[in-house]
This record gives sequence, structure tokens and C-alpha cells, in this order.
Amino acid sequence: MPVSLLEQHLELHAQVALRPEPFGALAYHYGNRKLIFLKHPDVVRVVRALDGRTTLADTLRACGIAERRWPSFEAAINALTESEMLHEHEPVTTG
Amino acid sequence: MSTSPSRLVDQLKGGLDAPICLTWELTYACNLECVHCLSSSGRRDPRELTTDEAKAVLDELHDLQVFYINIGGGEPMIRRDFFELLDYSISRGIGVKFSTNGAFIDAEKARRLAAMDYLDIQISLDGTDAVTNDAVRGDGSYDTAIRAMEHLRDAGFGEFKISVVVTRHNVDQLDEFKALADSFGAQLRITRLRPSGRGADSWHDLHPTNAQQLQIYEWLLAHGDNVLTGDSFFHLNALGEEPLPGLNMCGAGRVVCLIDPIGDVYACPFVIHDEFKAGSVRELGGFSHVWKHSELFAELREPQSAGACASCGSYDACQGGCMAAKFFVGIPLDGPDPECVSGHGEAAMLAASAADRPRPMMDHSKPVRVASPARVPVTLSRR
Repeated sequence: MPVSLLEQHLELHAQVALRPEPFGALAYHYGNRKLIFLKHPDVVRVVRALDGRTTLADTLRACGIAERRWPSFEAAINALTESEMLHEHEPVTTG
Repeated sequence: MSTSPSRLVDQLKGGLDAPICLTWELTYACNLECVHCLSSSGRRDPRELTTDEAKAVLDELHDLQVFYINIGGGEPMIRRDFFELLDYSISRGIGVKFSTNGAFIDAEKARRLAAMDYLDIQISLDGTDAVTNDAVRGDGSYDTAIRAMEHLRDAGFGEFKISVVVTRHNVDQLDEFKALADSFGAQLRITRLRPSGRGADSWHDLHPTNAQQLQIYEWLLAHGDNVLTGDSFFHLNALGEEPLPGLNMCGAGRVVCLIDPIGDVYACPFVIHDEFKAGSVRELGGFSHVWKHSELFAELREPQSAGACASCGSYDACQGGCMAAKFFVGIPLDGPDPECVSGHGEAAMLAASAADRPRPMMDHSKPVRVASPARVPVTLSRR
């Protein structure tokens, strides 16, 4: 069963750069050359806070984002996962 | 201040901290003499930026977090330090997309290019047969471009781009261009012809007719998701309810700019003229200062007047069209686009006198042989 976005441990792809802009930031993926506009400074804050260790829901909470605003954040985060800018942290397997 | 977040397009119109789409013409030198060359290229300018100066610009672009640059010319591969600058840019985290006519891509160069990361190549081609292409780009240029594509394919470069300027004579070949791109595993890019550079002289004979504009619009609606356009056809949005993919705005000085071979910074690649020169990377403060503080760019980032188009119901769709196209046919910047789909451009062009039409200012065309009908032909220069 696919894990809901809120429960995923997301992190920024190593080939993605964020450039601060007055409206938020530009995200650019050097691998697939996609460019995405992060249209609110809070979205940028959340994206920067994603470290692959905590879930998206916990990160939103830690960033002080009120739950009523979560749907719009999920939409923005979803766009970033679809363009492979964010991906689920893959735990290091041993053996 | 409004509490609702302003639309992204409005934010972009106010300008960004650094350009998204920066074009850098590395040289005015070119082996070809295309009749529609937007930069009137041909001969090298002795004031061309040196390798060290070019690297200093790349250092600045790195600091500004410019993700990638579009390199063009002239023919950029003519520069002896072309690969050195390519390597330097990529090593500084600035991806490169360069436009070339393909003349200098042999098997060995193709392998070298294929081995590089963060590199895109655009091969220019303006016809799917030699007759159509060579009429615009010069004898042999079709074969040259196809040969370069074959070298890239054989070297395993991957998805390069085929870049087409749409004219009256190749508009019926759009499906064939797409098929050609597909056959190479390449991506098709089509852009709008502007009356810039030598295009000022050839535009009137080459630009698509009104009927062909509709043809382009419909073709893009059907295929636009798989075809790149550089957002250059937004003036066609007035043709229907459905907008073409893209931001639908003029990015000049806001998200786009041009650095020319001698380091002058212009609002966009299609306006190489003093009126649109914002400064030079050679001045104190370099490119960053020009981008952030030039008066011209500040003006372009102000809300623009709809002028003569204010009463037209299509203005929101077409945004008044392309600044460069208006400028070089002598239409005021708040007038209609010369290819206005409602036909207002033709009247505006008729109203403009020859004196309204500015001449391109940085002409690097190769000298031409001029024949005087009454006398023996006089050769003004070499060839």
C-alpha cells in the first residue's frame, strides 16, 4: 500500500538547487533540468527542513504550519516529488 | 497591500534577483550568413571578451545561482576557448545549452560533448530539406546540420534539440520536423522569427502569413507539450480560448537578458540596439550591477501600459506581443505586435514611417560583393 505523502520521509535530491527569490524560491534539478517555482517563503522553509529523517507531517508541525494550510503544502510538495526534486529517503541497508 | 498572494506571473514581471534564462552570445564570428540572423553575425569583433573575462562572468553567474545559460553567437564553437569555457561553466555548477549550426561537430567533438554532464545542444535547422533550409541558412548548411546530428547520435549524446525558426516557407513542414527529431531521439524546438538583426531586412518576406499563424497555433495546441518554444508564440494566444503552454509574458529584463560577445548586456537576445542596452559586464560591479540596478531594467519591471491595445479584448491573452518585433518595424512599444492576429499590426506598420524604423546597431555582417549595373562589378572586399 502506498504511504500517504504526509507520512513519507522526504529529502531534497542531491542535484537540486534552491535559489531564494522575493516570492519564495526557484528549485532547479540539474539532472532532469526541471524548474519549479516555490511560491511562498513558508514552502521554502518546509522544503529546506525536510531531511529524510522526519515525516512531512512532523516537519510541517515543526515549522509551525497550521493544519488548515496543509493541503496547499501537500500540493506543492507533491509537485516536487513528481518532478523528482524530492524523494523518499532510502534507508541504508546492510548485509 | 493586498492580502491575497499575487499571481506568479505578476511577481515575475517585477523581476527576479537573477535571470532564469540568460543568453550569452560568445562571438559575432560565424561561418554562415543566415538571412534572418538576429545578431547580424559574421565577423569577429576585436573587442570580444577574453577567456579570463568570460570566466569572471561565469564566476559571477555562479554567485547569482544562475542555473544554466544559453550560449549562442555567431557560431560559438568558432571560439578557440569554447571547450575551456564549457568545462569551466559546468564545473561552476552552471549548466550549458548551446546553439550551433553543427559545422564544428565532427565524430571526435561529438564524443567529447557526449561525455559531458549538464550540457544541452541545439542544432539550428530551418527546413526539412536542403532547398528550404539553405535558402535561409546558406548553401550546404542542411547537410552540415544533419551530419552533426548523426555524429551526436553515433556518439550516444542522447536527447539533443533541433531548433527551428518558423517561416512562411517551412511552416508546412512542422510535422516533418517533428518526425526528423523523433528519428534522432531529439527534441524539437520551434521559435518565432523576429525582425531583429538581418531579420529586419528579411522578415517581411519570411514571416508567416495570418493563415499560417493560425496553423502554428493549432499545431502547438496539438503538439505543444512535447515541443519547446521558449514561450515565443504568446502573441498567438489571442487566436483562441486555450492558451499555449508557457508563462505568456515578455521576459525581457525581468527573467531574461542577453550578454553579447563584447560584454554588453541587453534586455533580450532580439534587441541588440542602444535603446535596450542596460550596461556592460566590463563596468564596475559587473553583470550583477547591471541586472540589479540598470535604469532600463527597472523600467521594464514596472507595469507596462497597454497603450493602443487597451481597448482590445484580447490584450490579456496576447499581452501586446513582442517588444523586439514592434521596435524593429517602427511600431511604438505600446502599440500592437506587427503580427497581431486581429490584424492591427499591419495598420500600425503602415502608420510608421521609414524613419521610425531603427537600424540594427551592431552589424557584424561580412562585407558583400556589390555589383553596379552600369559598370564592371566592384568587389568591396574578400570572396
